[in-house]
Amino acid sequence: MSTTSITTTETPARPALPVHEGSLGSRIASGMATPGGAVFVLVGVLLVAIMVSNPNFTDPGALIRFAGRTAPIAIAAMGQYYVIVSGEFDLSMGAVIAAQVVLAGNFIGQDEGRIIPGLLLMLAVGALIGIVNGLVTTLLKVPSFIVTLGMMLALSGLVRYITGGAASGNPVDAFRDIGRGGIEDVPVVDIIPFPLIILAVVAVLSVWLMRRPFGRTLIAAGDNPQSMHYSGAPLWSYKTRAFVLSSLSATVAGILLVGYAGVHPSVGAGYEFTAITAVVLGGVVLGGGRGWVLSAAAGAFALELLFTLLTSLGVTSTWRDTVQGLIIIAAVALSARAWQVGRRPRRTTSSDPSPSTDNTATPSPNQPSTGATTGDN
Amino acid sequence: MRRTIRGTLASTSAALVVLAVLAGCSTDVEEPADSAAESTSESTEEADSGDEGEWFVQADYDEQDEQRSATFEGPESEPWLQYIDGEMTDTSEYNSGGAKKVCFANASVSNPWRQTGFITMNQQLEALQDKGVISEMEVRDAQDDDNTQLADIDYFISEGNCDAFVISPNSTAAMTPGVERACETGKPVIVFDRGVETDCATTFIHPIGGYAWGIDTAEFLVDNLEEGDKVVALRILPGVDVLETRWAAAEKIFEENGIEAEDFFTGADPTEIKKIITDALNQGEVAGVWMDAGDGAVAAIEAFEDAGVDYPVMTGEDEMSFLRKWEETGLNGLAPVYSNFQWRTPLLAVEKIFAGEEVPKEWVLPQTPITEDERAEYLEANEGMPDGHYAKFGGEDLPGFPEAWQDR
Amino acid sequence: MKARLSTVTSTTIVYGVLLVAVVAGAILTAVNGRNFFSVGNIDNILTTTSILGFIAIGQTLVVLGGSLDLSVPFVVSLSSVVGGGIMAGQSGNIGLAVVVTLALAMVVGLANGLIVTFLRVHGFIATLGTGLVISGYLASNYKGSHGSAPLDFRLLDATRIGPVPMSTLIMLGCAGVAVLMLRRTRLGHHLYAVGGNAEVARLSGLRTSVPLIAAHVICSALAAVAGLLLLARLSVGNPTIGSQGGYDLMSIAAVVLGGTLLAGGKGNITGTLAGVAIFAVIDNVMGVMQVNPFLRDVVRGVVIVVAVAVYARRELDTRPPRFERPTGLDAALQEAR
Repeated sequence: MSTTSITTTETPARPALPVHEGSLGSRIASGMATPGGAVFVLVGVLLVAIMVSNPNFTDPGALIRFAGRTAPIAIAAMGQYYVIVSGEFDLSMGAVIAAQVVLAGNFIGQDEGRIIPGLLLMLAVGALIGIVNGLVTTLLKVPSFIVTLGMMLALSGLVRYITGGAASGNPVDAFRDIGRGGIEDVPVVDIIPFPLIILAVVAVLSVWLMRRPFGRTLIAAGDNPQSMHYSGAPLWSYKTRAFVLSSLSATVAGILLVGYAGVHPSVGAGYEFTAITAVVLGGVVLGGGRGWVLSAAAGAFALELLFTLLTSLGVTSTWRDTVQGLIIIAAVALSARAWQVGRRPRRTTSSDPSPSTDNTATPSPNQPSTGATTGDN
Repeated sequence: MRRTIRGTLASTSAALVVLAVLAGCSTDVEEPADSAAESTSESTEEADSGDEGEWFVQADYDEQDEQRSATFEGPESEPWLQYIDGEMTDTSEYNSGGAKKVCFANASVSNPWRQTGFITMNQQLEALQDKGVISEMEVRDAQDDDNTQLADIDYFISEGNCDAFVISPNSTAAMTPGVERACETGKPVIVFDRGVETDCATTFIHPIGGYAWGIDTAEFLVDNLEEGDKVVALRILPGVDVLETRWAAAEKIFEENGIEAEDFFTGADPTEIKKIITDALNQGEVAGVWMDAGDGAVAAIEAFEDAGVDYPVMTGEDEMSFLRKWEETGLNGLAPVYSNFQWRTPLLAVEKIFAGEEVPKEWVLPQTPITEDERAEYLEANEGMPDGHYAKFGGEDLPGFPEAWQDR
Repeated sequence: MKARLSTVTSTTIVYGVLLVAVVAGAILTAVNGRNFFSVGNIDNILTTTSILGFIAIGQTLVVLGGSLDLSVPFVVSLSSVVGGGIMAGQSGNIGLAVVVTLALAMVVGLANGLIVTFLRVHGFIATLGTGLVISGYLASNYKGSHGSAPLDFRLLDATRIGPVPMSTLIMLGCAGVAVLMLRRTRLGHHLYAVGGNAEVARLSGLRTSVPLIAAHVICSALAAVAGLLLLARLSVGNPTIGSQGGYDLMSIAAVVLGGTLLAGGKGNITGTLAGVAIFAVIDNVMGVMQVNPFLRDVVRGVVIVVAVAVYARRELDTRPPRFERPTGLDAALQEAR
């Protein structure tokens, strides 16, 4: 974590900020007041609600399994975060997942020797899709909504065409273990699912990445592309990298999902909308420029907890969409308000935007106050 | 600002006026209009599908319940030609020689069941082309959209030069006008899989139906479970009548027998299925799993494995993935069948019709679940087939077997 | 009015693309031994155009205002079942059914507009949310088809004036009204202004919420008209008919294909109509050629991207500076200026 504090202090706008300003408690509290922090509170509230409605959920084993199965969507949400924060959309995520799942089934099959080549191939395909999305968006100037919509149609069509729409069968169990297995016989929690470990790694990498110049530039790009242009940064390269990160996240999610659920062309269906919703729920503003990467993951957890809560409350299956719709609107409306309220004091009081280095609640290094205060001109 | 609002109102009401005027003028041109609209006026009465919120027709339920034990006419080795004795359509007017052109309006090939069936149909086509019965089959695929399928049928009528129409409707009531327009051409019309609300078709081919599926599966679960046991019902999506009837019948039987069934929509996505089962297991014991289609059944079984609990009593479908997993785990299960071999029957019906042989007005094909005793036999017969293949596809004697089904 | 000058050029390109599609379509159809311009084929193109056309017109207004509407498929389905339910096969109920359905849809549109403007929720999330709300309602209350359209109402679909279906004429009528609204009314001008730059519009004294709410209301109303036409066409209400058509993403694609900026503030209805027609022609030709249904999606996806790429670059040069938008989806466009 020491490297991160160095990069933080390098920002010329804010020289030598104290690492510990105010007590830890007050910093967490101020972080919670922003939408990116509030989503952690929301996760807590939902968790308690589920535990009350279904006492079986208090079992640590059940909790950790839940966390494990939420990992793919959380990873996808973090990938979507890069794209959204830079002011774009990635609608191709679900199709990328489906393509990777089918690829895993067909390429790896029952041959353990092909696991490593298979993984490399999947990552290469994922990166290639991201590069295409990114370059067409930035160099050909096609809106990302259209680029990734086109990619979604083309990719899902292609996958179904090549496979004749039928899955050949699941890949070998050793490969599926990445998404299905875990470290067993752990005290208290019984099992630590591999997806959860991968999620943790991805999360740490993401936080690190967002504190590097790359992350800051990306946010600035979403916040005010005009000033980015004047600053001479190669925006196309930053945005293309964001798309690559998004597709790679989808690929990792696909690897986990093929383990968790098996091969089926409908795996990943609707993931783009779920991921975007999770990102927005995490307080990341559509259109770019605001939000934390960990809040996106928390948003994914909040969404999954919400679905689980609806199940455990016995809400009729047909009404679940309705409840989900209402809650999403309400949560985003509240966070929109919170951003507005939360912004003003930051400009006047200098204590608030402390880019603290504690990674539990990580308040605000990625907030728009970085660089020039150009929120909405 | 007030002007702006008035502007809105003005433009909206202008749109309404345009609509009203145009709607009004249509009555003046009633004569040259498609005559289809007139002939369907009686059938719209029947189209009322009962009260909203309820999808259960006792008469249909009873009929299908009886048909489960009916005797089928025709050779047992060719179930795709079997039918329940009933009204026959006289087709002597179509008796003519030469290869015919068939036009097939398909609802979609968007799931493994339809893909398997479509392959079987194409292989059947090849056999009949070799015999000189059919010259070609033009296919339009509606990609699961009623509106597109209506346009497809209209296109065939005006541009297709078709000798016969084969229609696999995307939905029952909505496709009725299209089928009626096809009937008005005077050419043979063959409807299969989902039905329509008109009996103008030369023959309507279908397995017994959704209620029978529901009865077979629910009775199996009731027989193998205790009163008060919990069953998770996995359904693909709401609002599709062929699936709603399966659940309607099963739900009724579960209720009558004190089985606690809770239903969920999965979109056939194995991820969703696994989550749902895991959550349900978290809530308490799950004794049975019911599915309205077997796609994704493996994920449901794996959820039990991952939770480390006993396998449930379960009904899936005759999809290979389920049959294989069923055998591997040894769970107590049943594979209901929505006979995939029905995809052969329409083209064979074309052959009969142009030979002037009579065909059943409503061609009810057998629909028998695969039990544990029969499982090994079907697994062996379909060895080498992909997971998305259906055991009762009935194409073993067709050209291209087995490669056509294996290499998709 | 500088804006109009520049839109002429982009719309010209769109119609150029349409012309290319038609010529290519005619050749490919002829190769398959058919006539592209036969009555049956034109009829097929027009009927498949009109439903998406209504929705795309409404979507254009919403996109021009800088928002999105993802709830349209569910409004279409809702209108179809509610309209069918009220009509219940009786001619006397048609008027009531049309009024109630349109009113209901406008309430949905109003809700969308209020959530976007006053609760400051991005249109993507707001309409995704309202769409989910409606979809839950539909799933809970309608199992399979519902209600039925009386013969008189079904004439809406069955009637042809010459080779042109009634539904297409109504769609073109609505398009004409929408064009007039955008060009001649203050509401239309304000919509461009708000979509171009809400902040500038606000500073110059506009109530920025009004045009956007109006756009959402009109969009939902047009989706309801599409739902009613589907009711006339199918003869029954269908709770999944909107989702079947995939009208949410396809309408947005048609709007962008028609040269409207996704970020808002620039574009027009005539371009959108061409966008819808391009889709219809491509679908029609692929139908005639019996292209594998999965490959069709591939072609659609590629066409959307390539077609937009053809003129996306060009728009950069002609875009008037006062319609800049500091943040948003076309951030890349800004960057290159």
